[in-house]
Amino acid sequence: MRPTDLTLAQARAALDRRALSARELTQAYLDAIAALNPRLNAYITVTGDAALAAADASDARLATGQGGPLEGIPLGIKDLFCTAGTRTTAGSRILGDFVPPYESTITGKLLRDGAVFLGKLNLDEFAMGSSNATSAFGPVENPWSRANDPDTRLVPGGSSGGSAAAVAARMALGATATDTGGSIRQPAAFCGVAGIKPTYGRCSRFGVVAFASSLDQAGPIARDVMDCAILLRSMSGFDPRDSTSVEIPVPDFAAAVGRGVRGMRIGIPREYRMDGMPAEIEALWQQGIAWLRDAGATIVDVSLPHTKYALPTYYIVAPAEASSNLARYDGVRFGARVAGGDLTELYERTRAAGFGAEVQRRIMIGTYVLSAGYYDAYYLKAQQVRALIKRDFDRAWEVCDALLTPATPSAAFGLDEKQNDPVAMYLNDVFTVTANLAGLPGMAVPAGLDAQGLPLGLQVVGKPFDEEGVFAVAGAVERAAGFAAMPGVRA
Amino acid sequence: MSVDITTMKRVATLSRIHVDEAALPALAAEINAILGWIEQLAEVDTTGVLPMAGGGASALRWRADKVTDGAQGDAILANAPDREGAYFGVPKVIE
Repeated sequence: MRPTDLTLAQARAALDRRALSARELTQAYLDAIAALNPRLNAYITVTGDAALAAADASDARLATGQGGPLEGIPLGIKDLFCTAGTRTTAGSRILGDFVPPYESTITGKLLRDGAVFLGKLNLDEFAMGSSNATSAFGPVENPWSRANDPDTRLVPGGSSGGSAAAVAARMALGATATDTGGSIRQPAAFCGVAGIKPTYGRCSRFGVVAFASSLDQAGPIARDVMDCAILLRSMSGFDPRDSTSVEIPVPDFAAAVGRGVRGMRIGIPREYRMDGMPAEIEALWQQGIAWLRDAGATIVDVSLPHTKYALPTYYIVAPAEASSNLARYDGVRFGARVAGGDLTELYERTRAAGFGAEVQRRIMIGTYVLSAGYYDAYYLKAQQVRALIKRDFDRAWEVCDALLTPATPSAAFGLDEKQNDPVAMYLNDVFTVTANLAGLPGMAVPAGLDAQGLPLGLQVVGKPFDEEGVFAVAGAVERAAGFAAMPGVRA
Repeated sequence: MSVDITTMKRVATLSRIHVDEAALPALAAEINAILGWIEQLAEVDTTGVLPMAGGGASALRWRADKVTDGAQGDAILANAPDREGAYFGVPKVIE
């Protein structure tokens, strides 16, 4: 067995037994990156020398029995997390040369627990996108391809496209990611890997480049449900530097993965049966329901009546918050600058050159919906509908403990498809965005293949701060699915 | 509600993004397509519904009003595109 074949849990056990050194494991992943990144473009920056030095330090700690929970585990870091001394671009030209002088809370916690960072992973610019096509550093390719059409290059999903592609192709043992409307779960589903967006407030946002602050939440993408549980435990916890961080204990998520679903009530939201949804997605969903019923869960029909309004609500709330958050990129204090005759021209030229088309579009939509005369009709209205969407979930929790839905309305699509119609692209997040609006934990688990051999995922949504319930259901789905398929491009 | 060229120009100015005159009509059309799709929210009855402002359930935490950090001048200026000594450089603002 090659080192890259091990899951995170297996690799950590092998390191403890000294059956494998951290240097060997890290070198195996760096070799995979060197071989595959020229094609897949999953990494923007590779920090090979620093990774090997960190691996040597891990080996020294492991030799004395002092290894942390992630000691010697090679991870990729989405290039939205500030890493002290390592360039952090957010996938944007405007931050192309930005080297943060400080560490994000989450990457700090991973380092504390012994993780080795391989480099910074590609993403949609400022995490705005569902195909990784908006990155200023070029698109990421999905390591999977269609069985009957192997030459068409597919998107990995987005915005955490580099994270999902790298984990699927075995260019990282696990990865950090962020999710504002589905940016962990949709790429995980497209790439046949697992990913969880925890409850809003579970993971600190300090040092994560902000997109939409009331929706953004970080989480892991990893090879399986257990690996996600291990990573999330290290990433979670109260942080006084994030005013929305919640001060509650961090459970042992890994203990919940094998708990089973006997006695749990699983809600099936009827509004998630969309017109035009491929029959394969519907069939997989029915299969998932049968798996959970067979595992001892009670299946409950539930209604989330405002589901269809979630995406339009999101496309007011998220751009509004983005237009405010991205005001800081003005060419004065950090980031790229384009000279202008006066200060206003400097701002306008800098932002026109530094931001890509989708980011500019969202800033302008956000500016418009917040502007005088339109605020009540758009922004206030969206906040009210958001309250109704959350109320739908609150009512569902009276009759069920978790929800099972499809993760995405389709399998991965081609790099050249859907790129000219923003609204068609936005529909990718139709099943995931509700959890962001309501602040709930949601997890994507690979559950099957479509007729072209592409992975499809199921989503589990849980009650606030009940990630353990989510892991229990996701673990049951994973065991029943026995998903063992692997992409054509991998180490 | 539909965004015309004049409004589009004003929004670009408020956004501090330079948009060429020639690009305004296409941009307005794109924004209108998205806004047209968003308009469906008007059919939701939100009478008496309190707006949901944040992502979490709890109120924002407060902290003590005291200095906890400082003397980070060099770190703050390290990424400045035009550093002038201990200051950020900008074009002349006052005539």
